Amino acid sequence: MNINFTIIGQSISMLVFVWLCMKYIWPPIMNALDERRQRIADGLADAEQGTKDLELAKGRAAEIIREAKQQASEITDAANQRAGRIVDEGRDDGQKARERQLAAANAEIEQEINRAREHLRGQVADIAVAGAEKILQREIDPKAHKKLLDELVAQI
Amino acid sequence: MSYRGSGLKDMAAQEHGGETTTTDYILHHLQNLTYGRHPDGAWGFAHTAEEAKEMGFWAIHVDSMFWSVLLGLVFFFLFRRVAKNVTSGVPGGFQNFIESIVVFVDESVRETFQGRNPLIAPLALTLFVWIFLMNFMDLIPVDWIPGVASLMGISHQKVVPTADPNVTMGMSLSVFVLVLYYSIKVKGVRGFAAELTLHPFSAKNPVLKVLLIPINLVLEGVSLLAKPLSLGLRLFGNLYAGELIFILIALLGLWQMPLHLAWAIFHILVITLQAFIFMMLTIVYLSLAHEDH
Repeated sequence: MNINFTIIGQSISMLVFVWLCMKYIWPPIMNALDERRQRIADGLADAEQGTKDLELAKGRAAEIIREAKQQASEITDAANQRAGRIVDEGRDDGQKARERQLAAANAEIEQEINRAREHLRGQVADIAVAGAEKILQREIDPKAHKKLLDELVAQI
Repeated sequence: MSYRGSGLKDMAAQEHGGETTTTDYILHHLQNLTYGRHPDGAWGFAHTAEEAKEMGFWAIHVDSMFWSVLLGLVFFFLFRRVAKNVTSGVPGGFQNFIESIVVFVDESVRETFQGRNPLIAPLALTLFVWIFLMNFMDLIPVDWIPGVASLMGISHQKVVPTADPNVTMGMSLSVFVLVLYYSIKVKGVRGFAAELTLHPFSAKNPVLKVLLIPINLVLEGVSLLAKPLSLGLRLFGNLYAGELIFILIALLGLWQMPLHLAWAIFHILVITLQAFIFMMLTIVYLSLAHEDH
C-alpha cells in the first residue's frame, strides 16, 4: 500500500482513455442519438401534418359530395321539366294531328256526299227522263224538252 | 482454515519461511505485485512487503496497472464496437444497452454541468464505466486469479485496481489538474486567486482585506485540496474494505459460500454506487471550476 509511480501511470492511462473516449466513442453515439431524436420529431410532425391533411381532404370531399348532390338535383329538375314539356308538346301535336285528320276525313266525306249527290242527281234525271219517256213516249221529244227536264233535275 | 489454491499457500509459506497463518494469508492478498529498484541497485520484483516498501516512489504496481489498463481497453473496445456500427434507426440489443449507459451519463452531466465543454461528458462516461469495471473485479472470488497467477509463477496478484490507493488517487489527481486548468482558463489567474483569497471572509476596508487574505487562503486551500483527496480516498476506502471482507469471508471454509453470496449481492450496489459517486463528484467539481462569479 505504498504510494509510488503507479499513481502517475494511472493518471496517464486515465487521460489516454478519456481522450480515446472523447475522440472515438462519444461523438458517433451522440450523433446517432441526436439523429434519431430528429427523425422521431420529423415523424411525429409528419403524422400531425397527415392528420391535418386528412381532415382537410375529408372537408373537401364533403363539399364536393354536397355540390354533386345539388347538381344532380338540378339536373333531375331540368330533366323533369323537359319531360313535362315534351309530353305536353306531344299531347298538343297529337291533338292537332287528330283535328287535322278529322278535318281531312270530314272533307272527304263531304266530297263523297257531293259526288254521290251528283251521281244520284244524274241518275234521277235519267230515271225521270226514262219515266217521262215511258209516260209520254211520243209527245215528248227528249231533244225538245231537254231544257225543261234539266230544270226539273236541278230542282231535285 | 482452508485456503483455495495450494500454489498460493506455498507462496505465502515461502514468504515467511514456515507455517502459513491467517495473517499471512490476508497480508499476502493485500500485497501488490511491485516492480522497482531494490536498495542494492538491481531492478526486479519485490518478494515481500518490506522489499516493496524499500523501493520507494520509483516502483510500479504491475498488477494494478495491468488490470486497470486491461479493463480500460475492455471499456474502449466494447463502446468502440457500438460507436463504429451505430445506427440512428432501430438499435440492436447491445447498442441499446450501451446507449442507455451513454444517455444516463449524458443526462447526469446535463443536469449538473451548465457550461459547454466537450470534455466533461466523455470524461464522466469513461470514469463511470472504467471504475465500475475495476470495482467489478471485487466480485470475482478472491483466490481465483491469484491462484492461477501463482501457478504461472507470479508471487502476488491484487486484482482490484480501485483497492489500490495509487489508482484512485491517480484518477482524482487527474481530475484535480483539470479543475485547476479550467478554473484558471475560465476565471483567469486573477479571478482564481481572488476566489481563493477573498472568500469566505471579505471586508470593505483595504487593510482589513489584506489581513484576511491568509485566513481565507488557508480555508479555501484546505477545501480545494480536500476535494481530490476525499474523491480518491472515498473510492479506495470502500473498495479496500469490501475486498478485505471478501478475504475474511474466504477464510471461513464451507461457510464462506452463503456469506460470500450475500456480501457479493450487497457489493453490486456498492461498486455501482461508488462508480456513480466518483463520476458525479467529478462533474460537480468541474462545474464549480467553470462558474465565474
